[in-house]
Amino acid sequence: MFKSLAPPEYLATIDQVKCIRCKRCIQNCGWSVYSWGGDKVLIDTSKCVKCLRCYHYCPEEAIQILDNPVKFKNNAYWGYNNIRNLKRQAETGGIPLTGMGSDLPYPILFDNLLIDACQVTNPSIDPLREPMELRTYLGKKPASVEFEKGKDGKLKLKTKMPPQIKINLPLIFSPMSYGSISLNAQKVLAIAAKECGILMNTGEGGLHEDLLPYRDSIIVQVASGRFGVNPDYLNAGVAVEIKIGQGAKPGIGGHLPGEKIPLEVARTRMIPVGTDAISPAPQHDIYSIEDLKQLIYAIKEATDYKPVSVKIAAVHNVAAIASGIVRAGADIIYLDGFRGGTGAAPSIIRDHLGIPIEHAIAAVDDRLRQEGIRNEASIIAAGGIRSSADAAKAIALGADAVAIATAALTTMGCTICGKCYTGNCSWGITTQRPELTARLDPEIFAERLINLVHAWEHELKEILGALGINAVDSLRGNRERLRGVGLDTQTLDILGVKPAGR
Amino acid sequence: MNNYFEKNIFVNHEGPIAKGKKAADKGLGYEKSISGCGLTGLISKNRTRLSGKAIVESLCLMNDRGNGLGAGYAAYGIYPGFKDFYAFHIMYDAPSVRWTAEEFLKANYHIEKIEEIPTFPVKAIAISPLLVRYFIKPLKEKLAGDVNESDFVVNSVMKINSEIDGAYVFSSGKNMGAFKGVGNPCDIAEFFRIEDYEGYIWTAHTRFPTNTPGWWGGAHPFTLLDWSIVHNGEISSYGINKRYLEMFGYKLTLLTDTEAAAYMLDLLIRRHGLDIATACTVLAAPFWKNIDNMDEQKKEALTALRLAYGSALLNGPFSLLFGHSNGLVGINDRIKLRPLVAATKNDLVYMASEESAIRAICPSPDKVWTPRAGEPVIVELNK
Repeated sequence: MFKSLAPPEYLATIDQVKCIRCKRCIQNCGWSVYSWGGDKVLIDTSKCVKCLRCYHYCPEEAIQILDNPVKFKNNAYWGYNNIRNLKRQAETGGIPLTGMGSDLPYPILFDNLLIDACQVTNPSIDPLREPMELRTYLGKKPASVEFEKGKDGKLKLKTKMPPQIKINLPLIFSPMSYGSISLNAQKVLAIAAKECGILMNTGEGGLHEDLLPYRDSIIVQVASGRFGVNPDYLNAGVAVEIKIGQGAKPGIGGHLPGEKIPLEVARTRMIPVGTDAISPAPQHDIYSIEDLKQLIYAIKEATDYKPVSVKIAAVHNVAAIASGIVRAGADIIYLDGFRGGTGAAPSIIRDHLGIPIEHAIAAVDDRLRQEGIRNEASIIAAGGIRSSADAAKAIALGADAVAIATAALTTMGCTICGKCYTGNCSWGITTQRPELTARLDPEIFAERLINLVHAWEHELKEILGALGINAVDSLRGNRERLRGVGLDTQTLDILGVKPAGR
Repeated sequence: MNNYFEKNIFVNHEGPIAKGKKAADKGLGYEKSISGCGLTGLISKNRTRLSGKAIVESLCLMNDRGNGLGAGYAAYGIYPGFKDFYAFHIMYDAPSVRWTAEEFLKANYHIEKIEEIPTFPVKAIAISPLLVRYFIKPLKEKLAGDVNESDFVVNSVMKINSEIDGAYVFSSGKNMGAFKGVGNPCDIAEFFRIEDYEGYIWTAHTRFPTNTPGWWGGAHPFTLLDWSIVHNGEISSYGINKRYLEMFGYKLTLLTDTEAAAYMLDLLIRRHGLDIATACTVLAAPFWKNIDNMDEQKKEALTALRLAYGSALLNGPFSLLFGHSNGLVGINDRIKLRPLVAATKNDLVYMASEESAIRAICPSPDKVWTPRAGEPVIVELNK
């Protein structure tokens, strides 16, 4: 086979003077970029994905990973990636895959929204001195509550409250299956979720027995492949999530290749070793809303009425779909914007289908309010939450909580190189190769993730304090405290946000 | 008054009234009015009807707390001759609007009496809207089936305020009324001849609007049915309080956050059946750390309240007094960022922003105290 006509994206370089021939780079690279040439390290730069593992583990700082200066001729229309994908398709006849969320320069609405702050007329609140409440309950809320006077004359609750999941801050981890990520990566999420009083989600990969100690911090997922689903599994966590779609790949299924199905993954998913794990595009027992309702209630029956979440990708008609899901009995709606990450998706799908999460939150929250059913379900917003500011903006637009995955993985070493689908992750996250997964010590990396969650918690409290409110309940849906910068009238109208200066 | 002030009245009167009406329909253009304020209220538990003289004196003492851009009074027990009729106080931008509103009223209500609200010319109040009061009762046939009378009246108020351009119902309860406008407390009192009214509950308010110019509809008290509210502070959670109320059919048209508090009480107490003390724990909810340490029954009750009514929490600095047909309530925000003082003397209970405002009319009270954050002072009329 002749050399690929798609030039390498990166140039891995080693300063031969600095290099001490320790071979750590060879050992650390999951992509086999480096090999030993007898007296020096040889480099196959076409394999480099710029995950920077080698850079971090080179004791002499001899390694540099540069963007390849050799590009196709500059063209404002035929961009580098367009041409590159054409070349790759010409060579393979396949669908170029990708990992993580879309990196195309679509407008980022979060970056065009600014949060209010107090001056003079209402005092800002210092979260270091005053209580600041981030506690959030996920689940259906009654429209009103009734009391009866007890014998002692005190209030006694008469209304039967639907089941709730208490989280210490309005943040959870997005679903990532065992298989798409390593068991160690799942353990990091589970340990951090338990420690921080939040939740992780199994994704569609079953629940490994090692995670059972963390079951009070786990949502189990049921998706189109039904991997690992049995009554024990459904009852293992605090809630069950039905996955209809994913922001990065709305409308298509999933495909975990047999190479990523060693014994442990196979056991957890309840499939034979080495077989491809294929999640069909639709759930074959859900062809419309009434089918979804049946599945929701079947799961509720099987779990003694635990909360059921339904995860959908944010698509054009998301508001009407969400309304239907709430009316079908879901306790939680999980909205995943088009920027949401993935372990593997065709780049053509990831980059061109769906809508941004900001629009979706606003549209769904508005619709549920118009129909008077906003209390019937909590809204979780996901798909590209990069910081606590994004989280605060999503909540102000109407979400009850946000979910993060990419941000959580970065604490484990991920540099968002986007090559999760290859199974070669040098950081031991999106791989099942034992020599790679062994690098991710759950205890050590959980501490980093816990730090991240605590940092966001502090930041959210600072934001609330600046807003002069001391409970996240008063931020939720409070679009009056957001302003748009440089957004057109129609976008502002959809978001329900005034332009800055008004 | 200088020219600037007069000009301001004019601009305010023409500008925000018309603008607010259209903006409210779109839901986006509303302007929240932030204001610092002074408030005072008193109640005679034995229903002794007191002239408005005392409350005016009390309010006018707190000159520093207002800037002449809004003041108002509410009183209960002032219309004993019409106590079975809803007393609608309506302000009109122009006389022509009056006929539209009256056509609507005639189609839906038996009208016992129509009269212009008596006013006295005051030099400082150069321009005022047309002010008319109606003593009315819903027509019997309008209440057929399961139509609730209070809901019917609330819907009428919402309809007039949001659909009839230039007409505002600023009072709609029985045997009570609100009197308010743009001006100093003393001028407004003189303008409405407050001293001529006799009531057993009084509330009053002077306003210091800081971001939006004052306008007649934006002055306090805000009322709906028998509820009347005077409020000092800024409800920083207004955006979500408003959207929450809209889910239950309320239309917020008066361009200020206090309106949200009035409707919230109507929703919680009249429509959802919470008692006043419980409604207060919704508006100024206890902190989770306190709830966590309560006994199981109380914890369950308060957790349910916070879960169901998280969007009804009034967050941000406030002290407010709300009057209703059976009593007077004073309450602070959950960390007490605005002042509120209470005092008793015989069967009278006083509440005000400042102790001096109470002592101005009650020099030696039996008891004076400062209510704690979020702990309401609930006073009920004797049966």
